[in-house]
Amino acid sequence: MAESLRFHYDVDGGNFTSAGQASVQVKNNLSQLGLDPAVIRRVSIAMYEGEINMVIHADGGSADIIVDDSCVTIILADKGPGIADVEQAMQDGFSTAPDNIRSLGFGAGMGLPNMKRYTDFMQIDSVVGEGTTITMKVNF
Amino acid sequence: MTVSELASAGGFRAIALSDPSREVAGCYVGDLLSWVMGRAQAGNAWITIMSNVNVAAVASLADVACVIFAEGVQPDEQALAAAQMRGVNLIAADMPEYEAAVALSGLI
Ligand SMILES: Nc1ncnc2c1ncn2[C@@H]1O[C@H](COP(=O)(O)OP(=O)(O)OP(=O)(O)O)[C@@H](O)[C@H]1O
Ligand SMILES: [Mg+2]
Repeated sequence: MAESLRFHYDVDGGNFTSAGQASVQVKNNLSQLGLDPAVIRRVSIAMYEGEINMVIHADGGSADIIVDDSCVTIILADKGPGIADVEQAMQDGFSTAPDNIRSLGFGAGMGLPNMKRYTDFMQIDSVVGEGTTITMKVNF
Repeated sequence: MTVSELASAGGFRAIALSDPSREVAGCYVGDLLSWVMGRAQAGNAWITIMSNVNVAAVASLADVACVIFAEGVQPDEQALAAAQMRGVNLIAADMPEYEAAVALSGLI
């Protein structure tokens, strides 16, 4: 691949019916590019968790995916409330998800830990009251 | 064993099989979606009692071989449609999750 490929998605806030749509499309796009299924799976898991977090915690946002020779970069940006204590948010089991969200099966506090676990690089830039940008990389 | 063989084994039945020849390797039991996302392995049968539309996305992205709804749980209409659109296999079982896992373990 001489040039990198980019995909952009807008993620709706609060819509749990279509939640995960951008991740499913990224999975399909990466499959068409012929990437290793194990790499696609890692990207899919990390992106889904980040996408769902934007839907649940930040009233939506945007997703940019960049594919180059050796790496998939995922950039998730929202204008939500931000994360006051990133270290605490990263802990297994920490969640502020409300009951109605928990009843759907979310709120285990495992999303951010999964994103860390399935990527080679993860950076959270968050400002309370302004929003959150999460950058992840999966190498191949 | 394939998903279609599993769906015709005792105690299990097919709800919708979009990819019936998929091989089942191992099993993960769980109802909290991020646990499933993080811990299930590709090709597992996923046993759950969750039945909403998000199950279809998780099953597709975690690349499980099939979802087995335990306790006679039925997927809602949106979940069924989303699963079929994404090529996710759905199987029903009237057994509790534990018994479904034990039955599966005797088969695979
Ligand atoms: N984009 C975001 N904007 C604001 N807060 C966020 C964002 N992403 C995560 N958080 C905060 O970090 C916490 C932990 O996130 P994490 O994804 O690990 O768990 P969860 O979303 O609560 O549950 P799960 O992902 O297991 O369904 C959230 O409960 C929320 O308080
Ligand atoms: Mg989450």
